[in-house]
Amino acid sequence: MSKRDLVGVISLLILVGFLGLGAASMREFGVVDRAYMDDYIISHSQDEVGANNAVTSVVFDYRGFDTLGEATILFAAVVGVIVIFRREVHE
Amino acid sequence: MSEMSKIVRSISNLLLPFILIYGFYIILHGHLTPGGGFQGGAVVASGLVMVLVAYGSERFASWVKEKHLSVLESIGALGFISLAFLGLSTAFFYNFLAGKGGLFGDIPPEGSNPGALNTAGTLPLMNLAVGLKVIAGLASIVLVMGLASHYFKQGGENDT
Repeated sequence: MSKRDLVGVISLLILVGFLGLGAASMREFGVVDRAYMDDYIISHSQDEVGANNAVTSVVFDYRGFDTLGEATILFAAVVGVIVIFRREVHE
Repeated sequence: MSEMSKIVRSISNLLLPFILIYGFYIILHGHLTPGGGFQGGAVVASGLVMVLVAYGSERFASWVKEKHLSVLESIGALGFISLAFLGLSTAFFYNFLAGKGGLFGDIPPEGSNPGALNTAGTLPLMNLAVGLKVIAGLASIVLVMGLASHYFKQGGENDT
């Protein structure tokens, strides 16, 4: 086993250990802990936003800033692909 | 890409209107049913990609210019951000149309209900803007890649 493999195995063990610690300290499956925000959105999204679809009211209203970032990622992807493949279009 | 056989082209002609109608339905009903701008835009763009594959990227590029798709995508992005800025008197992304009456201004009854299209304020407009952006973005990605594949097949790879 080379030194490189040893480093890989040790870092994998550390990662698995932390994942196990995280899984051990999780709350039990199906038990809802702090659900104030969920309850608020479920009970208020219809009269505040007016949308029947609570998911869309979160995506475009309560957390619209997140959707703006998502749209920016799509824009960056399109710009990247066009920058790479564009030269042919002009010739 | 060169064009495919006549059978494939006829079937894609037949299927295109249904795919477009379904995609625009998903975009416009984003505030009532599952889906929204991103998902419906992906459906419409996949319909356009089907036509592109069936007819070849050169013929498709003579119908839909990549420059026009870029303009459409910019219109979608600007519409989305300007709708967000229009609510700035309260907060960024504030839903200033909800509950005001008029276009999209109605409030649905509490609890489960069949839903009306003219509710939810700015949400349908934002869905439309994002849908336009996704349609134009995905279609221009596939169009540019198809044109480039044609170029590389002709021996353009020794060009730096």
